[in-house]
Amino acid sequence: MRAVVDKSNGKSGTIAPGEVLLAVEHVALSFGGVKAIRDVSFDIRKGEIRAIIGPNGAGKTSMLNVINGFYHPQTGVITYKGEARQRMRPYIAATQGIARTFQNVALFKGMSTLDNIMAGRTLKMNNSLLSQAVYWGSALKQEKEHREVVEKIIDFLEIQAIRKTPVGKLPYGLQKRVELGRALATEPELLLLDEPMAGMNLEEKQDMSRFIIDINQQLGTTMALIEHDMGVVMDLSDRIAVLEYGQLIADGTPDEVQNNQKVIDAYLGVPR
Amino acid sequence: MVSLGNFIEVLSGGLLAGVLYSLVALGFVLIFKASGVFNFAQGAMVLLAGLALVRSLDFFVAKGIPFAVAVACALLFASLVMAMTAWIVERFMLGPLVNQDGLILFMSTIGATFIIEGAAQLIFGSDVYPLKLYPTDAWFALEGVFPGGILVNKLDVWGGLIAGILVTVLAIFFQHTKTGRALRAVADDHAAAQSVGIPISWIWFVVWLVAGLVALAAATVWGTKLGVQFSITFLALKALPVLIIGGLTSVPGAIVGGLIVGAGEKLAEAYLGPLIGGGIEYWFAFVLALAVLLVRPQGVFGERIIERI
Repeated sequence: MRAVVDKSNGKSGTIAPGEVLLAVEHVALSFGGVKAIRDVSFDIRKGEIRAIIGPNGAGKTSMLNVINGFYHPQTGVITYKGEARQRMRPYIAATQGIARTFQNVALFKGMSTLDNIMAGRTLKMNNSLLSQAVYWGSALKQEKEHREVVEKIIDFLEIQAIRKTPVGKLPYGLQKRVELGRALATEPELLLLDEPMAGMNLEEKQDMSRFIIDINQQLGTTMALIEHDMGVVMDLSDRIAVLEYGQLIADGTPDEVQNNQKVIDAYLGVPR
Repeated sequence: MVSLGNFIEVLSGGLLAGVLYSLVALGFVLIFKASGVFNFAQGAMVLLAGLALVRSLDFFVAKGIPFAVAVACALLFASLVMAMTAWIVERFMLGPLVNQDGLILFMSTIGATFIIEGAAQLIFGSDVYPLKLYPTDAWFALEGVFPGGILVNKLDVWGGLIAGILVTVLAIFFQHTKTGRALRAVADDHAAAQSVGIPISWIWFVVWLVAGLVALAAATVWGTKLGVQFSITFLALKALPVLIIGGLTSVPGAIVGGLIVGAGEKLAEAYLGPLIGGGIEYWFAFVLALAVLLVRPQGVFGERIIERI
């Protein structure tokens, strides 16, 4: 096994645009005999849109799960904001500004759009349980403040009309949008999007692309994105990492990746 | 026999008795709503809360502390016991089972039932302990309107009052606060809740704490009615039809379910009893629940089951 080198320079806190926000180094993850990720290293720079692509089963979602702590890799180091660690935990990841959406929409189905996005504000609200129990004082005040923030997100994502609708009743495309809203409500520094456009029609894809670009440019949010629609990926992303069978086979700008023979082989197949 | 006064007396007695069932059912609803777990241990928690209350009350009274102060101290002590139980349940039972199936969590609460029942009686004793927190005498209302008035049990009125307060507070807590929202979020999806930074272990502690306090409220009333004893755990069985009728996910449903069961069984006993033989009270609620299951499986007030295919 390769020795793991801690490349963090001990600097934490603010990271300037263009610098490395998150790096995974020599990460390997297996479930029993199945090796989902084999010795993958790549980084995500502050302010960029980073795509992770690859054929089905290449380990893309596993990679996101490692980054936000749902899976714990057997080997490797994750360096986030200059702090190296063997494993993340979902709660810690959330408190440190990593938000995500899920491949199969994971919303709170019985709750309204508004409540779903409000749930994303949980970490930003710091009133006591007692204040909430009597619904007085700071609890009441903060409800109003955070409601305003949530309304802005609702306006931004153009979902005003479904504010009070239980999300379980919404069509798939809108559910994906609400889920993005919930992630945005946490005011993330790094936003992980797992197939944000799966199952969408052309118009919905265009809307979603527009939101992703706006979030990236207006809020400066760094994004890692898994997506199968190559047109979207090539248009949106600054850099692309390509996985196949759990290994990183290419990493670079859309142009570089498009002309990489290994990538072409992985997608089109090679005669054996 | 069938006079209006008599009818009202039976009905009001039934409604008030129903509220007492609701108090127990409320604990079930809370945990189910908040963690998606059917908590089999709720009856045991009522027993534990009752025993902690009555034994510490006896202790404080024996020390010569004035009764009102002793009651306050005993309530505080029992609350602490329930908080500790919530912490232990979260730490050693639910914590390791995050992201597991609801059925697995349900099975673990069956295990918790026996541990709580055993521990409660081991620590606080297993006799019948009388508790007298509320007046238990009868009260004759509307004597001017009906000859002889309408007999109401004061204890039942207290039970109704407590249930009313609990429901109001809980309804606001669930709908409009950060923790309330987080509770519902955890019930819907563990992974998604974690991803937005909801601390699941804290939420589960809060849920079991609130359910414990509701169990304590139920224990004060039922303990006064029956004395604090092991058979109080069987209240959980009486709460089942209440839950099915009211819906597992609805706080107001637990109250209305209780009212329907309470009024239904008393009226059936009084008016159907002479025709088909007595003892209806014991099974009527379950037949009612069965009928509701056939027509509206999510209960009268339960959340509609939404599923996209």
